[in-house]
Amino acid sequence: MKKYTFTDKKDTRSGFGAGIAELGRSNPKVIALCADLVASLKLDTFIKENPERFIQVGIAEANMIGVSAGLALSGYIPYATTFANFGSGRVYDQIRQSVAYSGTNVKICVSHAGLTLGEDGATHQILEDLAMMRAMPEMTVINPCDYNQTKAATIAIADYNGPVYLRFGRPVMPIFTADDQKFEIGKAWTVNEGKDVSIFATGHLVWEAILAGEILEQEGIDAEIINIHTIKPLDNEAILKSASKTRCVVTAEEHQLNGGLGDAVCQLLSRNMPTPVEMIGVNNSFGESGTPAQLMEKYGLNAKSIVESVRKVIARK
Amino acid sequence: MDSKSLALQVRMKVLEMVHHANASHVGGAFSMADILAVLYNEVLTIDPQHPGDPHRDRFFLSKGHACSALYATLGLQGFFPLEQLDTYAMDGSMFLSHTSHKIPGVEISSGSLGHVLSIATGVAFAAKLKKTTFKVVCLVSDGELNEGSNWEPIMLAPQHKLDNLVLIIDYNKIQSLGFVKDVIDLEPLRAKFESFRWEVVEIDGHNHEEITDTVTTVSNNKNGIPKVIIAHTIKGKGVDYMENTILWHYRSPNIDLYNNALKQLGTT
Ligand SMILES: Cc1ncc(C[n+]2csc(CCOP(=O)(O)OP(=O)(O)O)c2C)c(N)n1
Ligand SMILES: [Mg+2]
Repeated sequence: MKKYTFTDKKDTRSGFGAGIAELGRSNPKVIALCADLVASLKLDTFIKENPERFIQVGIAEANMIGVSAGLALSGYIPYATTFANFGSGRVYDQIRQSVAYSGTNVKICVSHAGLTLGEDGATHQILEDLAMMRAMPEMTVINPCDYNQTKAATIAIADYNGPVYLRFGRPVMPIFTADDQKFEIGKAWTVNEGKDVSIFATGHLVWEAILAGEILEQEGIDAEIINIHTIKPLDNEAILKSASKTRCVVTAEEHQLNGGLGDAVCQLLSRNMPTPVEMIGVNNSFGESGTPAQLMEKYGLNAKSIVESVRKVIARK
Repeated sequence: MDSKSLALQVRMKVLEMVHHANASHVGGAFSMADILAVLYNEVLTIDPQHPGDPHRDRFFLSKGHACSALYATLGLQGFFPLEQLDTYAMDGSMFLSHTSHKIPGVEISSGSLGHVLSIATGVAFAAKLKKTTFKVVCLVSDGELNEGSNWEPIMLAPQHKLDNLVLIIDYNKIQSLGFVKDVIDLEPLRAKFESFRWEVVEIDGHNHEEITDTVTTVSNNKNGIPKVIIAHTIKGKGVDYMENTILWHYRSPNIDLYNNALKQLGTT
């Protein structure tokens, strides 16, 4: 197992803040919008340096999506920012009609996704957004795994012409990807090569998959760990290649089992190469208040449950 | 062609389209036909040969269900061959029965109500940022103002002093299954907009001179205030059995009613 160490921990949303600050300096077409959550989205630097390219829309997410579509029609690259809950379900129809169908180049960048926003509880803990956005034609869906990858993704999507849903979060997490990485939309990253099982993980679960890989190594199980940061378009090639080698798969995401990464992988495999799959995710329930670690433990979204699923799926080979 | 002849042609074309396709929403198309004819004939500068010209004036239709009138106006103005409208609302046609951005001259898709004023606000903001001077005109319907999403840009536009934004309300007093005043009374509508810090003008939405003068005047007035034109209109305007009736929001004319309507339009 390849060694991953970290010297620093940061939140992925700060990676977004750093990325958009850099874009503010390098790309005059980028405009940031926010629905009254400037500090939560780490926009302070961008706003300080580019006050004329920031729109505070107030607590009005529907309007933010529409205004963004208008800016995109005018040749700008709007980054519409809020919490994941309010940037997906609350404005689904706005995104569907004015962004995805109309083909406007809007980047919807959302923080506080999933259980790990912690104390705010069930109303804010959106666990269905990947499913909604994945189902939407024309939408690109990205869920990076640490600060560096989020920063790189934030910068990379400006060069892609089309709607993007970029999802990140609140908790501080180990920084284990390279700080000079080039982010390629739709290109999976092989964290560790292995032969016994494929673990496809996204977002905060990638670090957990690495921890699981270390435990499995001690049991003599050689896990291949692949970071699927782009849920859509899915890197079919990487997934099929890995599964054809290991013949069994575990998926891991901070999302409902319904409609997320696991479903996408199962769809791909069942049509091309039926393979035993175990899925880590939230099983058809809402979240609740708690610390991120407590919640991830309670809902089975950590290294321990990945290890258990690996044992189970290997037995099914 | 003057705007009055254009409006007449638009109504006749719409009638043909909705009859042929057995489609809805003729009432809302007729209530805004005069506004569209004046905008495209007298007020807006948009070259039908170059609908993507960055300096063009922008027109945004929010009440996408009534797109037949916009399609007819664009077709008659030469944005695409008029005979293409024979496919309106038919299988495989690009002329969907709700506004599609795939049609030359259409800025954005609409159909789900309450979306487009936000988009026009974004365009007006971008125009200011780029220091461009084209007009930004957005047309919404009255029932559509029930949608809270409209009131978000109505709050935002004055905050950014978007005096280049002109909102026109097709105030035909009827929504899908009832009179506006019985569903959610919008009155006092002028006072609502004034209290939101908009400049308000009320006009007869079928009087071409009034429409021309008002839109031209308000869009030239760079006073830091967004403008709203409350256009009092008649749903189904131009055909007696359609005028002011709830029924003709959805109904499509059969052959007898179609001929009757054509005759009425032809003699006005
Ligand atoms: C969000 C949304 N809800 C409902 C509808 C269905 N609908 C289509 S037209 C209409 C009534 C429109 O009335 P009004 O806004 O007054 O338009 P007009 O009178 O100009 O036709 C409704 C409810 C819709 N298109 N969009
Ligand atoms: Mg109406």
